[in-house]
Amino acid sequence: MIELSGVHKSFGHNHVLRGIDAQVAKGEVVCIIGPSGSGKSTILRCVNGLESYDRGDIRVDGVRVDQSGPDIKAIRTRVSMVFQRFNLFPHRTVLENVIEGPVFVKREPRATAIAHGRDLLARVGLADKEGAHPAQLSGGQMQRVAIARALAMQPQAILFDEPTSALDPELVGEVLAVMRSLAEDGMTMAVVTHEMGFAREVADRVLFIDGGVIVEQGPAMQVLTEPQNERTQDFLRRVLRPI
Amino acid sequence: MFWTDARTFMPILLEGLRLTIIVTAGSLVLSTLLGLVWALLRVSGIKPLAWLAKSIVNVIRGIPILVLLFYIYFVMPELGITLSGVQAGIIGLGIAYSAYQAENFRAGIEAIDHGQIEAAQSLGMGWGMMMRRVVLPQAVRIVLPPYGNTMVMMLKDSSQASTITVAELTLKGQMLAASTFKNSTVFTLVALLYLMMSVPLILLVGWLERRTKRKQ
Repeated sequence: MIELSGVHKSFGHNHVLRGIDAQVAKGEVVCIIGPSGSGKSTILRCVNGLESYDRGDIRVDGVRVDQSGPDIKAIRTRVSMVFQRFNLFPHRTVLENVIEGPVFVKREPRATAIAHGRDLLARVGLADKEGAHPAQLSGGQMQRVAIARALAMQPQAILFDEPTSALDPELVGEVLAVMRSLAEDGMTMAVVTHEMGFAREVADRVLFIDGGVIVEQGPAMQVLTEPQNERTQDFLRRVLRPI
Repeated sequence: MFWTDARTFMPILLEGLRLTIIVTAGSLVLSTLLGLVWALLRVSGIKPLAWLAKSIVNVIRGIPILVLLFYIYFVMPELGITLSGVQAGIIGLGIAYSAYQAENFRAGIEAIDHGQIEAAQSLGMGWGMMMRRVVLPQAVRIVLPPYGNTMVMMLKDSSQASTITVAELTLKGQMLAASTFKNSTVFTLVALLYLMMSVPLILLVGWLERRTKRKQ
């Protein structure tokens, strides 16, 4: 349902994406791993139209992603995004954050959106926090609200941009548990992550990106346990090195 | 002596006070609306509009308020637009202060974390809805204390409307002093009346500033 072909992107003289070809099929969970600065996050941001790209083609359900085109809003309601820094709206309560998109963008009746929003908060284990403001929550709770906010749009896919990187280590598990349950329910997910354990257990496929190209891709087990490429081996050795 | 004079002068000065409040309130509303327009053009991301707003703000900032008032009151009639003193005062002060309001609003909008804008966009919001639902409600908190300061300055600068025949508090005082020679009594009363209005505003600004600091 998400297809990238020959995608190039530069920030000034910095050529961050150098020809990315990748697909995410419906119901598939794809993890994108690689060293920082390799262009992992930029790929997700291009799919959501938060960044423009210079060359190539990105399509969601066959519709071309064009940041300034007329279809971008529709694409964004179909592909939700979860950010590293949560980006919850601090002036609204937890429930208001969750129903903001459905009520104001999708024009759902408020009562329907509230009922659905409460279900989603229960699903991420935060039913008792609906009246709280984001500032009163822990990082893990905020990220779970952000996931509920993304789900409230009833998207066909969710993009996760390093969803646990800003969290204290003891809060990572609760967020990964929610993501794991989404994957089990068949949600299409593209996840930029440093959590190799999560990638191994949950991902159908893993892409290893370095220097703006996909160096290696394949079934999660194969890429993570028997990497063929030297750079992948080197990267995994460094991140998985026992402390 | 002071008190008997004060009792005689007060009704006349209160008439002036009424006009001071009308001019201040009118120009406050106008400057807020215009300032918001300039600020939104500046952050619209559309280059010609941003440039236009920037130029307008710079031109306004570069002209003394008095000259602006004279221009609107004395020059506009030559172009077929005749305004009363109060109307010209409200428009002149409103335009003059819209430049400061715009800079304040722009600073407030630009202080909003970029992640908020990305979150709004990723929900499928357009520019207008993002401003209305996400950016402006958060910017208000940042903008409010300087806005209060601007209110105090506008209250005092409304006295400049006296130069285009608006018989507001300062001009009333001047006329009263000229006809009675009771300079000290009249101007003490005038100053006290201004303080009566500005001190509560100043205290309000202080309270807003403390509240903003606590929230951060």
